[in-house]
Amino acid sequence: MFARIATATAVAVAMSTGAVARDYVSIAGSSTVLPFSTIVAERLGRNPQFKTPVVESGGSSVGKKGVCDGIGTEYIDIGNASSRMKTGELAYCDKNGVKLTEIKVGFDGIVVASSKAGPDLNISLADLGKALTAKVPNASAFGFIDNPYKKWSDVNPALPDLEIRVYGPPTTSGTRASYVEIVNEKGYCGKDERAKQALNQTKQKAKVCRSMRTDGAFIEAGEQDNLIVQKLIEDPGAFGIFGFSYLDQNTDKLKGAPLDGVAPTFDAIADGSYKASRALYFYVKHQHLGVVPGVEQYMAEWTKHWNDDGALVDAGIIPMPKAERAEMAKRMTDLPVLVAADLK
Amino acid sequence: MTNLTAGALSPKEAIDRVAATLRRRRSAEFRFRFWGQAAIGLALGFLVLLFGAIFSNGIPGLFQHYVVLDVELNKQRLDPQGDMSVNSLYAGDAEALIREGLLAALDNPTGRSNTRAARGIISSGSAQRLVDFVYANPDLMGQTVPVKFALDDDIDSFLRGFIDRNTPEADRRINDTVIQFVDKLMASERVSYEVSDYLFFGSASRDAEMAGIRGAFIGSILTLFICVLISFPLGVATAVYLEEIAPKNRFTEIIEININNLAAVPSVVFGIMGLAVFIVLFGMPRSIPLVGGIVLALMTLPTIIISSRAAIRSVPPSIRDAALGVGASKMQTIFHHVIPLAMPGMLTGTIIGMAQALGETAPLLMIGMVAFIVDVPGGVMDPGTVLPVQIFMWADFAERMFVQKTSAAIIVLLAFLIVMNASAIWLRKKLERRW
Repeated sequence: MFARIATATAVAVAMSTGAVARDYVSIAGSSTVLPFSTIVAERLGRNPQFKTPVVESGGSSVGKKGVCDGIGTEYIDIGNASSRMKTGELAYCDKNGVKLTEIKVGFDGIVVASSKAGPDLNISLADLGKALTAKVPNASAFGFIDNPYKKWSDVNPALPDLEIRVYGPPTTSGTRASYVEIVNEKGYCGKDERAKQALNQTKQKAKVCRSMRTDGAFIEAGEQDNLIVQKLIEDPGAFGIFGFSYLDQNTDKLKGAPLDGVAPTFDAIADGSYKASRALYFYVKHQHLGVVPGVEQYMAEWTKHWNDDGALVDAGIIPMPKAERAEMAKRMTDLPVLVAADLK
Repeated sequence: MTNLTAGALSPKEAIDRVAATLRRRRSAEFRFRFWGQAAIGLALGFLVLLFGAIFSNGIPGLFQHYVVLDVELNKQRLDPQGDMSVNSLYAGDAEALIREGLLAALDNPTGRSNTRAARGIISSGSAQRLVDFVYANPDLMGQTVPVKFALDDDIDSFLRGFIDRNTPEADRRINDTVIQFVDKLMASERVSYEVSDYLFFGSASRDAEMAGIRGAFIGSILTLFICVLISFPLGVATAVYLEEIAPKNRFTEIIEININNLAAVPSVVFGIMGLAVFIVLFGMPRSIPLVGGIVLALMTLPTIIISSRAAIRSVPPSIRDAALGVGASKMQTIFHHVIPLAMPGMLTGTIIGMAQALGETAPLLMIGMVAFIVDVPGGVMDPGTVLPVQIFMWADFAERMFVQKTSAAIIVLLAFLIVMNASAIWLRKKLERRW
């Protein structure tokens, strides 16, 4: 009995060393895209002709790097990302000869939320950036000092007299990348006069504002957004930064802070009046089309569920306008190769 | 040691001296006992807290709400090709038949917003459930029969009180029309709260009401099977060679130190090695239990080798001497006497190693087994995941019902572990020999 099983295993190993053709789609990347990607994968898997695609997590950087690692079935076919590919990341693809097509699938809002039992925070993007960025202009605005603000009211007297304590995602997360770009860089350093003057004086670009505080006011809570939700419920004075779908699922316990006077609601994110939102993407590898069965069908499956009342919307995605959906559906068949000029 | 001239003490002096220290010694003993009991009490307290938290969430997670609908099993619409094949049933319109049954149960409301609200009440996997039902009961075709479907997880949350009907409609995930429909279903006693069949027989799903552990459970068994197949023979052979045959020199000493060091290597390192060797170099597919099992085998090998060596060492030398004395060869001594006598210890070590492997996620991260995998693996070459990964994935999903499902899955994992450890104890008791 044991000998037979051992032989069978040995045969299986011997066969597999000849780089077995994979008959299921392999996907990895952003933990924000994962809930939507898995819904699409599961729906495709209900069709008896296709195996259900395997979806791995890991963060946007894993998705973008993983899809570019190389050509062959040992590498993933599709990378999910909640922040757009950078030219440097595309250069890594070119180095490995990987050709990609970029598909945008929808939007996700980034919310600053807190327990319903806690005080309200009605804050501008500039103040939010000022409260959490690592460096702020010094008294004369000729240079930068470490962020000294301990309380929200130190940032702006109109804000609550409450210690700044914010839980948020780590640097591998696309939510974090989008947040620091929208809030710290564009919302604060790009707008605030004193910050602009200090940047000019030190000859730096607004990009330097992207780093978050490390003195305890901002706390990295890992890729697990549910963990942040739990912490906020236990600690009504704290705030958390995460994707809109987690707020949507916990409206009985959490409330979202209005940014620039706009509350994070489904409609406000969809029409663009709520500023802290980012696009969600996936990147499909050309060389695996026609090699791994189901990649084309997986793409097509997205178009069935990303409508205004589709299954993805129930799970918390913010749909694209109709024209953009049509454009992306066209991309799935035309498959334009992503080049550096597209990312400018 | 202060008074070596003990003879100088009279009995009374000795008694007095002992009496003087007695109190101090007794209280020292009392303190020692107290701290020991306090430590055990603290450990038990944490255990109770852990189990309390898991069970209070997990027990409701074992149950869910179902609704019974009268569905017309229309042959043409369910099975358009008429051959009852998987493809034909997939092409059929089971969803519409269920919807008609649901609308009939709600006294046929009209209007788009009403039908949309009704559609959201039952699980999106209901069509599959009806197809499975028809497949199992082909003779019911053509009749109208009551069939049980799962309610959508939002409705389940609502019925459990996680969604308060008094919150403003805009802040709720389900609107007033849906609540009105659910109330109607409750009033007609179509809704039941019972043990979830999806939890044990369903596979991974993004719909909380359909998510189950079957895929992960089978993945765990396949992975552990590969793991024990590789690590047990290899570990025992290594231990026997090192203890019984290898000469004791500098070289075997280095091997021994390395084995002991390997036991302390963080498990994720084995995953990185698995990625580099088995997937990139040998070109094996990602996410398969075969690679997972090999990686976990490498991780558990040191545990098995160390415990097997200890077991071999505990076999009395007199047994070896007796075997050799009656003319047995070295091989015969080892295989007929030493290994059978050391087997209980070896098996215990192996089972503890397996229990450790069962709970691992870190080494599987690199080789793609920390993934959302719906299809139940049919063999070691199919993509699969394991129980702790399933728990980890569920813990991160936003839907509220996954919180309870997570705890329910933890209960299953704990039961699995307890069975393994209990069998280790049972084996040891049964096979143990005393000299």
